Amino acid sequence: MAERVTVSLTINGEQHTLEIDTRTSLLDLLREHLGLTGAKKGCDQGQCGACTVLLDGRRANACLALAVAHDGADVLTIEGLADNGSLTPLQAAFVEHDAFQCGYCTPGQLCSATAMLAEADAGWPSYASADVAGNPELDAAEIRERMSGNICRCGAYPNIVAAIEEVTR
Amino acid sequence: MKPFRYERADDERSAVAVLAGTPGARLLGGGTNLVDLMRLGVETPDVLVDVTRLPANRVDVMPDGGLLIGAGVRNSDLAADHHVRTRYPALAEALLSGASGQLRNLATTAGNLLQRTRCAYFQDVASPCNKREPGTGCPAIEGDHRNLAVLGHSSTCVATHPSDMAVALVMFDAVVRVIGPAGVRAIPLVDFHRLPGTSPQRDTVLRRDELIVAVQLPPSDLARHSTYRKVRERASFSFAVVSVAAALDVRDGRVEDVRIALGGLAHKPWRARAAEDDLRGAPADAATFDRAAWVELAQARPLRDNAYKVSLAQATLVRTLTELAE
Repeated sequence: MAERVTVSLTINGEQHTLEIDTRTSLLDLLREHLGLTGAKKGCDQGQCGACTVLLDGRRANACLALAVAHDGADVLTIEGLADNGSLTPLQAAFVEHDAFQCGYCTPGQLCSATAMLAEADAGWPSYASADVAGNPELDAAEIRERMSGNICRCGAYPNIVAAIEEVTR
Repeated sequence: MKPFRYERADDERSAVAVLAGTPGARLLGGGTNLVDLMRLGVETPDVLVDVTRLPANRVDVMPDGGLLIGAGVRNSDLAADHHVRTRYPALAEALLSGASGQLRNLATTAGNLLQRTRCAYFQDVASPCNKREPGTGCPAIEGDHRNLAVLGHSSTCVATHPSDMAVALVMFDAVVRVIGPAGVRAIPLVDFHRLPGTSPQRDTVLRRDELIVAVQLPPSDLARHSTYRKVRERASFSFAVVSVAAALDVRDGRVEDVRIALGGLAHKPWRARAAEDDLRGAPADAATFDRAAWVELAQARPLRDNAYKVSLAQATLVRTLTELAE
């Protein structure tokens, strides 16, 4: 028999309290319960990154996060990324560089890149870093490695990298 | 997905008590492997015990200079830890070579150790699999085993352990601290994962009612001069075909000390003690590294379609040692 629980999350600055099945992923909570369809369901197994959101400020695959385990969390989705309707520099750079074709992966790419830039600012290394103890510079190779959790079926990668590179300058 | 009850553990003992009293209970960490396996029907727990709110989320420097890594420390935080990056660089590199930025933010230290094989037959409930359903057979032995084991496998299972982190930890002589109904025990990580033998359903020696609380890294000057090299079918976000974790100390052109572990080749991270023994005291040159690699890999028993992994492992080990010796 289905087990039901009550969870409260802050999503894009707004508090939501919902009764859900324990099996509900954070992605399904966003899309099916709250109508926030920006985060996309691609593979539903953590491989494509289309569902990426910021969970307590860190990028995460919403498809593999059980909503019940994140009771009390602060979630930022693509719907909450722009500040009062004005695009963030990263969003503007995606438009400027035509960093998409069909757009299905774009919400995930933007949420992922937003958090990735914060990780790099915090000095986090990547597997592309020559020295994991050093302070990495975000060049194209670093950006590609750090964004490898976001797949683009249209292959818009060169423009995605260019857009992200622009905001690192 | 089968319905389950969700419980949040407030302390380690209560988590152990639930495990001991509920045969169908499983621990939930980041969920990046478990939730996926539940969706596939491979894992069907009645109860999930969420251990992510336990206080085991810190990396502490021990009085002896080693590190104590809490079971709940996220893979991304461990890779970014200053002590890990400067004193155990192969561990940071191994962590960063695994999964994606999003997954590393969720995945925990204990969960990484306890992740299941990615053997396609194991993940497909329509297929027989001795690991998933003991006694049903192993289709991989005659089927698609290109990326499966060449070392330590048995007639019942040829799966590989998928973790990168564990390979570096085994190389560093890490110890797993676990708590169960009878108290705390310490298990060297090299003995924590099992070879399949006749019971491939058991990945590790962890008992059903035990909880990992921490991983301990002993102090090591050698560890500072270490690296992790991973070979895979694409440049990023893919499991290893072969990986090498190694630490090397060369003095006056000779190998003073060395540690090596291999990933992607066996049911567990493979500590290459035969190669290490062969290398100690020998000249630190390519010919020595080549010989030592073959000494270790002489134990390999490749399957019909994966002999390439033996020569790939050989070349990767030689290359890694050569770079460390430069």
